[in-house]
Amino acid sequence: MPDKQEKKGRGGWLFLALVLLAYAILGLVNPEATSRSLTFFTHVMAQVLPVLGLVFFLLFVANLVLKPKWIKRYLGKGSGIKGWIAAVLGGILSVGSIYAWYTMLSELQQKGMRNALIAVFLYSRAVKLPLLPLMIHYFGMAYTLILCLYLIAFSVISGIVVEKLSLQRSE
Amino acid sequence: MQAENPLRDSFKKTVRTFINVLPIIVGMILMTSLVVTAFPEQISTGLFGNGDILDTLLGASIGSIAAGHPLASYLLSGELLGSGVGLIAVTALVVTWVTVGIIQFPAEAMMLGTRFAMVRNITSFVAAIAIAFLTVYTLRYFGLT
Repeated sequence: MPDKQEKKGRGGWLFLALVLLAYAILGLVNPEATSRSLTFFTHVMAQVLPVLGLVFFLLFVANLVLKPKWIKRYLGKGSGIKGWIAAVLGGILSVGSIYAWYTMLSELQQKGMRNALIAVFLYSRAVKLPLLPLMIHYFGMAYTLILCLYLIAFSVISGIVVEKLSLQRSE
Repeated sequence: MQAENPLRDSFKKTVRTFINVLPIIVGMILMTSLVVTAFPEQISTGLFGNGDILDTLLGASIGSIAAGHPLASYLLSGELLGSGVGLIAVTALVVTWVTVGIIQFPAEAMMLGTRFAMVRNITSFVAAIAIAFLTVYTLRYFGLT
């Protein structure tokens, strides 16, 4: 496991180095576009940082409280209907950058969370509670309601399909 | 031998996890910023108008590539609807915007596994098209459009 973690860490730094290299090249070719992108980046980072703080805290609590046995019971293979409901509600209620949630889900996956439930969580994030009034404003109440119901139904379907087609990481 | 301290151990583990994922998060946001600022809205409005199926595939593809706040997808969709693009294509764009992540794919693959990320994104793309058609046809069935 530590080897896997180390490799993952190195891969991340290499990835960041490549992106920075792309910025350096773009900076030489088109400094104005690079400046626009960096302004956008600082704006997004300002939004993401508080969420990362929250995720750090949740991860800390999860590491402290959640034991693999508990995860396996409530979100693992034998979790049953409760696991599906927890994943759908968790996805709908989750806020903030998806990157922060990948971290959390990766930890839970290593502790035994089902791939199906990870897929359900990620899909049901499409139902954005805080943005519903805005969606109703743009598309209407009936459209928003029908779309949200289909999104929830398809989050479960997508979970079933993803689990059938993908391998559990631990296998 | 050091005594076991759950608080300290959990904190250390969390810090280690964060050190591993921080370059991925920063790298992904840098990449997203590059794509979002280099992707002019005018291009997307000029591409549609080839029938429901092709427009829906195009809408789903744009949503899959695009990244950023979902609010931006509503604004873009409003523009597209206003310029005559069909509701099915626009719905596919809105749904893939939040369920499919080509830009986020490297991060998802690194953290949750490549096969999982690939299968999930393909499934989500297909599901978004199905949802787009089902939503609009349901609205039509009940006479709500």
